[in-house]
Amino acid sequence: MEYLIGIQGPDFVLVAADNVAASSIIQMKHDYDKMFKLSEKILLLCVGEAGDTVQFAEYIQKNVQLYKMRNGYELSPSAAANFTRKNLADYLRSRTPYHVNLLLAGYDDADGPGLYYMDYLSSLAKAPFAAHGYGLRKRFILNLHSFTVRLIDKEGIHDLEKLTAGAK
Amino acid sequence: MTDYYNFGLRRLKKSRRNSGIPLHFFIPTLPNPAPSNNRSLFPYSPANQSVTVRRPFPLSHGTTTLGFIFQGGVIAAADTRASAGGLVACPEVHKITPIHSHLVVTSSGSGADCMLWERILTREIRLYQLRHRRCLSIRGTAKLLSFMLHPFKGTEVCVALTLCGWDKDAGNTDCTKMSEDLSSTTDDSSSAVCSSQDVTAMAHSASPSSGPKLIYVCSDGARLQGDIFSVGSGSPYAYGVLDRDLRWSLSKEEAISLAREAVFRATHRDAYSGNNVDLFHVTAQGWSQRKREDLKEEYYRDMKRKTNIVEG
Repeated sequence: MEYLIGIQGPDFVLVAADNVAASSIIQMKHDYDKMFKLSEKILLLCVGEAGDTVQFAEYIQKNVQLYKMRNGYELSPSAAANFTRKNLADYLRSRTPYHVNLLLAGYDDADGPGLYYMDYLSSLAKAPFAAHGYGLRKRFILNLHSFTVRLIDKEGIHDLEKLTAGAK
Repeated sequence: MTDYYNFGLRRLKKSRRNSGIPLHFFIPTLPNPAPSNNRSLFPYSPANQSVTVRRPFPLSHGTTTLGFIFQGGVIAAADTRASAGGLVACPEVHKITPIHSHLVVTSSGSGADCMLWERILTREIRLYQLRHRRCLSIRGTAKLLSFMLHPFKGTEVCVALTLCGWDKDAGNTDCTKMSEDLSSTTDDSSSAVCSSQDVTAMAHSASPSSGPKLIYVCSDGARLQGDIFSVGSGSPYAYGVLDRDLRWSLSKEEAISLAREAVFRATHRDAYSGNNVDLFHVTAQGWSQRKREDLKEEYYRDMKRKTNIVEG
């Protein structure tokens, strides 16, 4: 199962995602990055159905970058989250809905850190901590090979050491 | 002039996800919007009950294909059995197809779908080459294929391709002519020496985006780049063999015999894989194909080796 976790601190947001790309019973990759960089201080974490995740996340990513090119300044995390939610909602009742669960984490120079939880039914909630993943509702994560952990603060996105099981 | 492009895509226009990709064939309209995994063959079957036996996991069609990257390039290997349910429809299929001189693709899933999509991919790559006078990168090829398959997500199209290729440097634009078929099995030693030297030189001096590439593209929409992929019903067995012995520093002979061993073990245990093994090797100079080998011989060699161990 795929896990996403986000925690908002006083002046940072910490996000982690597992690194497994699985296809039914086979784990095809152990070093798959589920985080998409929307801008210098916004990360979109995306899990869900196989092709939908990358298609949707890249679509949002390119549109956010286009906004910056057209207008000269970047979207704020709140605006990006609402834009993402609107797109999910628009496709929800079409013939081709996207089945993706998202966390959007960003740092706004004016408002500070923000973590937004979105799910495939296009609900949006700003929360101090949030997670996606089946096991998280019942028990702690076990037996996962490695996680990618990143931190966003006013300086931007920092890649913390990739954590692997058994390290240190 | 009838606009076939828009005629066939009328139903997809509304979804706004069709990004103008060149699908110049008519997409048949579905009788009723079928939910994604429902094989609604009989009109009276309840929606949540499948017509066939319930499987514990979705079986990705009888095949064993694999590809991996090592210091000497990319190896692509596949069995040659085409099964239709319990029948061996054809024992001598080509599951590995060259697209251009530096890209081969292994196919898994529905045979007809794979053949069609390989032809479409070949056509699109060739058109790109003619229009832009350079070869599309392997990653670009994978993305193009993935976007072309996207409108068919949720339909019965079942295609799982592994693109095994070599990205050349920006200066080298020629990928059209198929590399001459270096398909003799006896010149391994000499060609191994020169090709591995060339390859290591290239690998060290080339930019990070060039070099060997292995990308898995599936009709579900998955697009994964990696160092080792195996697809098909025999893939768990092949992974078992590959995960144990695969290292970056294998020589060409070792890599080929590892690939052969992996396909052999998979065909031994998987009922839907078998017959022969096809092996392709892609380097900076292009792809080369080994003579197809009957796995029956491999089985007898293995038996003989085991009896020798018992007796010796």
